[in-house]
Amino acid sequence: MIGLVLFGAFAFFVVVGAAVVSFSRNIVHSGFALMGSFFGVAAFYLMLSSDFVAVTQVLIYVGGILVLVLFAVMLTNKIEDVTVSNQSINKIIGAVLCGTLLIYLLNLSGSAGWVVQDGEKFDSMVVPIGNALLTGYLLPFEVISIALLAALLGAVVLVRREVR
Amino acid sequence: MPILQHYLTITAILFCLGLYNVITRKSAVGLLIGVELILNAAALNFVVFAHFNGNDLAGSLFAIFIIILAAAEAAVALAIVVAIFQQYRDIDTTQTTLLKG
Repeated sequence: MIGLVLFGAFAFFVVVGAAVVSFSRNIVHSGFALMGSFFGVAAFYLMLSSDFVAVTQVLIYVGGILVLVLFAVMLTNKIEDVTVSNQSINKIIGAVLCGTLLIYLLNLSGSAGWVVQDGEKFDSMVVPIGNALLTGYLLPFEVISIALLAALLGAVVLVRREVR
Repeated sequence: MPILQHYLTITAILFCLGLYNVITRKSAVGLLIGVELILNAAALNFVVFAHFNGNDLAGSLFAIFIIILAAAEAAVALAIVVAIFQQYRDIDTTQTTLLKG
């Protein structure tokens, strides 16, 4: 019972945050509403017994990506303007398309015969993830490290000014 | 406790709101915010299915890789947005029609 109450509260955070992100006309409001959505998803990770992913979500999404997004908003808009533009186009087409997709997905998740086993366990995931990253998942781990390094260097190269 | 379908409902709503954002926004940063919502929904779905499959470890690992790639994507994409802004003084995706710098 308490699980359902907590789930409802977190679902409220996620859905309302995402709705404000999608429908707000002010891009600064969108950016800050994104934070509520990210925290709600982190709470879901905790409820799904993935504690390490929850901490990663808070550190990287809320602490990193969200700050990057807000910096980009403030670097690329005239913030002192009241009407910081975040205008929408094709609203009706988008709403019809996404509404149809949503109905289809909900129908699918309700009608498919999912085979569920043992979803009640709660073990800490930190030690198994550490072991997996240095044994079975070592190659993806190294590849993604190099990809991240290359992406960050590329970002620096893209925005630097030419030295003449 | 919430069952599988509850979580799938939330991730479906999150995904569709992100997709709506990507379709309708004119601002490039607004588009990127929508992509972040979609990536969040996908990563959450991985963890949901892994949890209801006997607390599988692979779901958490996939979610971590998705989060790392989202960080790389955000860094590069926002750098491109800032570079476009320096060129055009605007990040309206309907106006930036020239690729040559």
